[in-house]
Amino acid sequence: MELFWYIVLMTMLAVYVILDGYDFGSGIIHLFFAKTEKDKKAITSAIGPFWDANEVWLIAAGGVLFFGFPTLYASSFSGFYLPLIMILWLLIFRAIGLELRGQVHNHMWEAIWDKAFGISSLLLALFFGVALGNVVRGVNLGNVVEGVSTHEAHYFFLPLWNPTFSPQAEELGIIDWFTLLLGIISVVALTIHGANWIIFKTNSDLNEKLKKVVFNMNIVLVALVAISLLVWHIIEPNPFHNFIAKPWLLIFPLITFTGLFGLFKVKTFKKHGLGFLFSSLFLLGGLTSTVASIFPKVLPSTNSINPDLTLYNVAAHEYGLTVGLYWFPIAVVLVAVYMFIQYKVFNGKMDAIGYGEH
Amino acid sequence: MEDMLFYDRMQFAFTITFHYLFPQLTMGLSLLIVYFKWKFLRTKVDKYNDAAKFWMKIFALNFAMGVVTGIPMEFQFGTNWAKFSELTGGIIGQTLAMEGMFSFFLESSFLGLFLFGEKILGHKLHFVTGFLVFLGSWASGYLIIATHSWMQYPVGYEVLENGKFILNNFGALFSNPWLIPSYLHNQAASMVTSSFVVAAIGAFYLLNDKHHEFGKLFVKTGVIFGLISSLLVAFPTGDLAAKNVVKHQPVTFAAMEGIFETEQGGSEIVLIGQPNMREKKLDNKIAVPNILSFLTYQDWNAEIKGLDQFDPSVYPTNIPGLYYAYHIMVGLGTIFIGLMLLAAIQLFRKKLYTTKWILWALLFLLPFPYIANTTGWYTAELGRQPWLVYNLLRTSAGASPTVSSGNTLFTLLGFIGLYLLLGLLFLMLAGKIINKGPKLEKH
Ligand code: HDD
Ligand code: HEM
Ligand code: HEM
Repeated sequence: MELFWYIVLMTMLAVYVILDGYDFGSGIIHLFFAKTEKDKKAITSAIGPFWDANEVWLIAAGGVLFFGFPTLYASSFSGFYLPLIMILWLLIFRAIGLELRGQVHNHMWEAIWDKAFGISSLLLALFFGVALGNVVRGVNLGNVVEGVSTHEAHYFFLPLWNPTFSPQAEELGIIDWFTLLLGIISVVALTIHGANWIIFKTNSDLNEKLKKVVFNMNIVLVALVAISLLVWHIIEPNPFHNFIAKPWLLIFPLITFTGLFGLFKVKTFKKHGLGFLFSSLFLLGGLTSTVASIFPKVLPSTNSINPDLTLYNVAAHEYGLTVGLYWFPIAVVLVAVYMFIQYKVFNGKMDAIGYGEH
Repeated sequence: MEDMLFYDRMQFAFTITFHYLFPQLTMGLSLLIVYFKWKFLRTKVDKYNDAAKFWMKIFALNFAMGVVTGIPMEFQFGTNWAKFSELTGGIIGQTLAMEGMFSFFLESSFLGLFLFGEKILGHKLHFVTGFLVFLGSWASGYLIIATHSWMQYPVGYEVLENGKFILNNFGALFSNPWLIPSYLHNQAASMVTSSFVVAAIGAFYLLNDKHHEFGKLFVKTGVIFGLISSLLVAFPTGDLAAKNVVKHQPVTFAAMEGIFETEQGGSEIVLIGQPNMREKKLDNKIAVPNILSFLTYQDWNAEIKGLDQFDPSVYPTNIPGLYYAYHIMVGLGTIFIGLMLLAAIQLFRKKLYTTKWILWALLFLLPFPYIANTTGWYTAELGRQPWLVYNLLRTSAGASPTVSSGNTLFTLLGFIGLYLLLGLLFLMLAGKIINKGPKLEKH
């Protein structure tokens, strides 16, 4: 039962990353590449009717985490206190940047909200990558100081950084060179993903240029992924033990690499949706491979005193998890219907819907 | 440790109070917009569709504010109330996860269609999307109040040796006797807010000699819905809510009503008076004998327990705050009924649109439903203190063990700054939309 909800949670997170990922990516493209009012309109129209529903995947995943794994929810949300609150603030700026821009016609006003939208998208992409880095690196559970836990075994607190930015220091920080690397990978991957979405959903003049951007960024991405695989050994002496023990798990890295290398063909794609498909595969594979590499751990402990948090020792009680089975499938079917309707109505190119105009 | 708890509580109180300013309008207004759209479909009179369109603009802005301030709420259980989340997550996580899955998806998916799909969908389907947005927002209210009701009156649970609460009866969460009165009362109150807002904007146009057609429509609709919902808020829903409190939290009731000493032969109802905690009495009291006993038990002489009958360790932590919150809510509720009755009489006599003083009163009453709603929640929440889960878990035992007060103060200040900005932006933009006003169009 725990395993079932774990899979549900990971699936929801993956859907979140793919969906809100294109919003963040579009924001980054908007920040760096959209020069004319027409480009900007095209980009905001392509995500306008979707971003709120996409963000709900995060809220709903948070809800499922709370319900299925309350101990993990409590431990990680309080332990990563500051960055989480900052993510909330950034989400606020992203949303009002998009929603308020069109309310007043005035260059200064528009410029401010364009920047708010773009910069918060960029930082969110970075923060989510850093967060993933923290999960694989592990934390000092129980805040052990000189061999003694100063808190209950499943609680911890991390400052934003430590003076050395090293993932191996005794006193860890949220941002170190390793987690920052994952953050940068996330920014690059989501930029590509966002560009693919814009190519898919608009007839914007930017599209040809964006194809080149995707191609070039993809080279950077391959290099970064290679580096990350190399340095993984420093964090975890035996990073691939799960894949060696259970070779079928290799399907996840396989998905990643299909997406990664498929993207090099971006300039020749006839169907505009293909690029988006490949970047989605990369994100899906990247996230699942990373969590599979630490399975069944969900938050490793960096000290030898307190045990890792695994999906089994953080889950809610059996009865609650079982009754969840009654309502959850109904909700999933409904959500699928809503998504179908939503994407059906806003089918095709969306330049002309005039999002946010008043 | 103490001040850490203080900042946690301040942060929760501040962010939830701010958040709830928006959903109360979202829930009520979505129903009124659906009503306008329905009128249009029935009568094909353009002004109804234009009225719907006008309110949709305010709705969109308000909804965006509700969304961005709602997400921090969901996260704060984990960030600031980790111990509470760990211990009760198996139960309240259930209803919160359901809220995300059932209502937020519904609202957010159809909101986009509702706001931008009128041309693509045609009027009938557009009406349907509006209805679904309404349904989503009311479902959201239901599930959040189910969560809240469990904290007020826990049911269907078992406490394990390690202090964890586990669910043993899913159905009980939804047949909780606290839930239905609370939900109906809350929804009626959100109708009060939206009706008063619609009426106030109508009055604003009439007094300003602008948009007469819409001014009249808004005032009329606002007054009719406003009268009905003001009555519903007091009776039966407010009455039922109060009966729940007497029955399940008698000490809270004593503090709310300001009864320091149990009175023999029936309790008086206090209209005005200031709690004097040192001498355990009300100063400057104005009260009517025996009414409270009658309202509570339909018996003029029934005994209602005063604070003297309870041990101070179970007193609500902030008795004066609780007492004022409750009296402000009930006082405003009474004023609302009075004003709406007068307005409805004038409407019936076809004199409302020219009775200037009532229009001015409608305009000036605009902020007061917000105050009534907020003080209503303060009544519920201060009444629950010092418990997080009534009688079972103390608030002091629920906070995050590892987050220090410096960090909480930092984020609290951040939220205050950010929300001040949001509030200003909201007022400015809503003002702009209102000032521009609705447009008559051919459809
Ligand atoms: C327009 C707003 C409004 C108005 C005019 C009233 N209320 Fe109210 N009241 C609320 C808005 C509200 C609320 C914000 O919606 C609350 C908070 C929790 C809840 O479910 O509803 C609430 C809570 C609440 C509670 C506390 C329940 C608890 O502890 O959970 C009681 C006893 C009452 N109300 C009773 C009344 C009575 C007797 C009223 C007579 C006129 C009244 N209210 C008017
Ligand atoms: C929108 C209306 C609401 C308002 C205005 C409101 C107001 C407040 C206030 C003022 C406090 C601080 C009480 C104190 O510490 O003295 C508080 C605390 C709290 N409320 Fe609410 N509340 C609302 C709805 C809810 C709901 C729906 C829930 C649950 C799902 C909830 C859960 C909590 C929790 C967990 C705390 C913190 C612990 C505590 O101080 O008791 N609140 N709320
Ligand atoms: C602690 C309590 C609360 C939490 C955790 C919470 C959470 C949230 C979240 C995450 C959203 C954004 C949804 C989206 O992205 O679409 C939201 C919006 C909303 N909330 Fe709350 N909320 C709380 C209190 C309340 C209360 C007390 C009510 C009403 C009774 C309420 C009613 C709504 C409604 C109707 C919306 C959607 C419309 C709007 O945002 O204006 N919420 N809430």
